[in-house]
Amino acid sequence: MIEIERVNKRFQETEALKEVSLSVNRGSIYGLVGSNGAGKTTLLKILAGIYRPDSGHLTIDSQPVFENRSIKARTIFIPDAPYHFPNFTIRDMALFYARIYPRWNQDRFEKLGDVFNIEIKRRIRTLSKGMQRQASFWLSLPLMPDVMILDEPLDGLDPVMRKKVKNLIIQDVAERKMTVVISSHNLRELEDICDYIGILHQGEMLLQKDLDDLKTDVHKVQIAFSGEIPPALLQDLPALYQEKRGSVLILIVRGASAEIISRMRSYHPAVLDILPLTLEEIFIYEMGDRGYEIKNVLY
Amino acid sequence: MFELDLRSRAPVYEQLVEKIKELIINNVLKPDQQLPAVRVLASELTINPNTIQKAYRALEQRGYIYSVPGRGSFVKPAVPGNNMARLRALETELVKTVSEMRYLGVPPQEIITRIKMQLSEDEGGKLDD
Repeated sequence: MIEIERVNKRFQETEALKEVSLSVNRGSIYGLVGSNGAGKTTLLKILAGIYRPDSGHLTIDSQPVFENRSIKARTIFIPDAPYHFPNFTIRDMALFYARIYPRWNQDRFEKLGDVFNIEIKRRIRTLSKGMQRQASFWLSLPLMPDVMILDEPLDGLDPVMRKKVKNLIIQDVAERKMTVVISSHNLRELEDICDYIGILHQGEMLLQKDLDDLKTDVHKVQIAFSGEIPPALLQDLPALYQEKRGSVLILIVRGASAEIISRMRSYHPAVLDILPLTLEEIFIYEMGDRGYEIKNVLY
Repeated sequence: MFELDLRSRAPVYEQLVEKIKELIINNVLKPDQQLPAVRVLASELTINPNTIQKAYRALEQRGYIYSVPGRGSFVKPAVPGNNMARLRALETELVKTVSEMRYLGVPPQEIITRIKMQLSEDEGGKLDD
């Protein structure tokens, strides 16, 4: 169980994180999304015990993380640009990890060799970006981590590898109740594997929620009337976002779908269509609500 | 066992519930048959095990499956009267559908014919078993 309570972090003039709180249950996969420069990486580095927060609390299994060996022994962090020692081969790196991490599982490391088709004698730095990332997973999973912190983990992997890596993570979550925190811009991908989502923007946590609740909580409504749009409608159901395309009104509305339908129907629309939102749409509309919009850019 | 449409807008959890329900109603999953273990299904479909757990829990609440601690989840033989809440929800849905069809101008006679057709089809299916 990971708990973060009102954490602040400042780098000189920049306030990277402002009063960020979050909690991740054991065996959960938490997806962290956010605009560029929102503070995702800072938050992950605090979680991994690399940065020390200026104020606030952070615990994993009720223990502080910073400089805590027993927590770090079962936590793995794969940064967005993995670091490997110069001239080290995969085997050298494995030997190095085996010496530091008490739970190193050599058997698993060898088995994983079949999943990742990389020669164990290759120097990691000579590998391509995607292969270096594969090497990171190959070297991380045998550490039998309880907590996995991943910064843009699937970036640079091909579709087959993505699926393989996701599957490996899911197996550890299912069998060993591993806890995962993932940051990504690929919202489509997070949608499949995460059960909890947090949206970070300019150092603040805008929203965090169970993904299924999030998706059943906001809806996209397409509604059209044979005559004028009744003005009372928009007051009755305040929309997060509204747009008029010809005679069709597109609204993003919060609430349960059954309720929205019955409320909308009372205005006797000619067309009424209600759709769940994709995570990407939720992200865009929530951000738009905070003034971070997609404006039409014209040059 | 089945595929999910990961590109669909519907939440994965809802899709799972609907898929399994469909398999049970159509007798593909037989009474007392064991459902796949959560971790097996999770790695088969590459989705979060917690989502599957949640779907199983919802199915259990709605009376479609039962779970035996330590052994897994099984299909529940239909017990009439046990699904009151769900039945009531379905009734409301039926009322809604009928009134919407009426609203859209379908004549009452056609609605009745439709329902009768569906009923005789379901009966016919049972005879074949």
